[in-house]
Amino acid sequence: MNANAAAALAPKDFKSEVKPVWCPGCGDYSVLSSITKAFAKLALRVENVAVVSGIGCSSRIPAYTTCYGFHGVHGRALAVGTGLKLARPDLTVLVAGGDGDGYSIGGNHFMHACRRNVDLTYIVMDNRVYGMTKGQASPTTEPDWESSKLTPEGTGLREFHPLVIALASGANFIARAFSGDPNGTAEIIAEAIRTPGFSFVEILSPCVTFRPEQRLWKDKVHDAPVKPTSDPSQAARRILTDDGFNIGVLYVGHRKTYQPPIGKGAKQAADLEAGFAL
Amino acid sequence: MTAKKTSTPRTVADFLAQAYAIEAEAAERYRDFAEQMEVHNNTEVAELFRKLERIEQKHRDQILGQMGRTTPPRVKAYKWESAEGPETGAFIGLHYLMQPWHALEIALHNEKRAFAFFNELAKARVPPAVRAAAREMAEEEREHVKLIRQWIKKVPVPRPGWDRDPDPPTGSE
Repeated sequence: MNANAAAALAPKDFKSEVKPVWCPGCGDYSVLSSITKAFAKLALRVENVAVVSGIGCSSRIPAYTTCYGFHGVHGRALAVGTGLKLARPDLTVLVAGGDGDGYSIGGNHFMHACRRNVDLTYIVMDNRVYGMTKGQASPTTEPDWESSKLTPEGTGLREFHPLVIALASGANFIARAFSGDPNGTAEIIAEAIRTPGFSFVEILSPCVTFRPEQRLWKDKVHDAPVKPTSDPSQAARRILTDDGFNIGVLYVGHRKTYQPPIGKGAKQAADLEAGFAL
Repeated sequence: MTAKKTSTPRTVADFLAQAYAIEAEAAERYRDFAEQMEVHNNTEVAELFRKLERIEQKHRDQILGQMGRTTPPRVKAYKWESAEGPETGAFIGLHYLMQPWHALEIALHNEKRAFAFFNELAKARVPPAVRAAAREMAEEEREHVKLIRQWIKKVPVPRPGWDRDPDPPTGSE
């Protein structure tokens, strides 16, 4: 056995000693498992990976890994992740969170992160509800969902369509995965990390507490019937017309990654600070 | 789903490596389940999942012996025909108020799937030595199915409304 093989890490090496406090049955356990499998598959080292999140149930995820982690402020995970990647392009940066964090509070960051196309991977565990605050409608909640006391007759609002927004805003890799398929999800995450630029993976991850009906998602999901395309107009047609349960990589583009030069020639923090001196 | 059919082993060594991966993943998953129950103070079910973890670890180590190894091999990332490994329980099957009966039902389902997997391989067009090894493993899984069935008979069947919590920790607001 050579030294490299001996040093290869297993998925469990990416799991920390902190035990998740998610509800048993939650899809996020599975997503955590998929992320650690993807890291192991890519032969990453814990010291070369940073997991950044916002606020919400799924945003607890950095604490459950042995990688560098940053549990940020609500909706601002992508801003933190972008800054980190620009300052440390050598790191693999994975940003993770939920649908409320990413599409509502962080909706503007989402669009502009797609547009910038910095080389990072954004995973959204979408359960179509705010779980941590006890079950309110999120941007992806169906308009007729009546189980929240805040919206007893449903929101009546059209759902946010994150994949379409990601495509229109310039994300370079777009995929949908399902937490009930942890091995398949691990493959998609690995491919997202491998693909240069901004990779967006929407993971359908049931909330068994506030959306128990989502347990049936396992019967609804199916493989996307077509191979990924690099043609945005074709991807748009597919994503706009799919049933929301197509699983797989849907779009892989060829946009140039945004990475401004750092180090020599760039203004240092002290120079910038001097500019603000009164 | 994105996980496609696993490659059929052509040698006994390949077969044992795959069987090792199946048992190792099953043991790890039971450990995850036990930890979830511990976090939620369901100690009875947590202990049961720990027992199941030990059973799978024992089976895993037995296969390690058959492989002629003393140290674990690096487990390959196999692709299974189903979304999970043939003996791995799904995360979504858990509930914080679940009872031993539910845990054993999960275990029974997993053992049945493992039996079906090895039994199918034992009938497949593979070298006779692989078929024989698969047949042996299928028999072991069949025994496990019997044992779990006996175990289930010893625990109370949950009453209707077992998941009703008079003081729900996460009541909708």
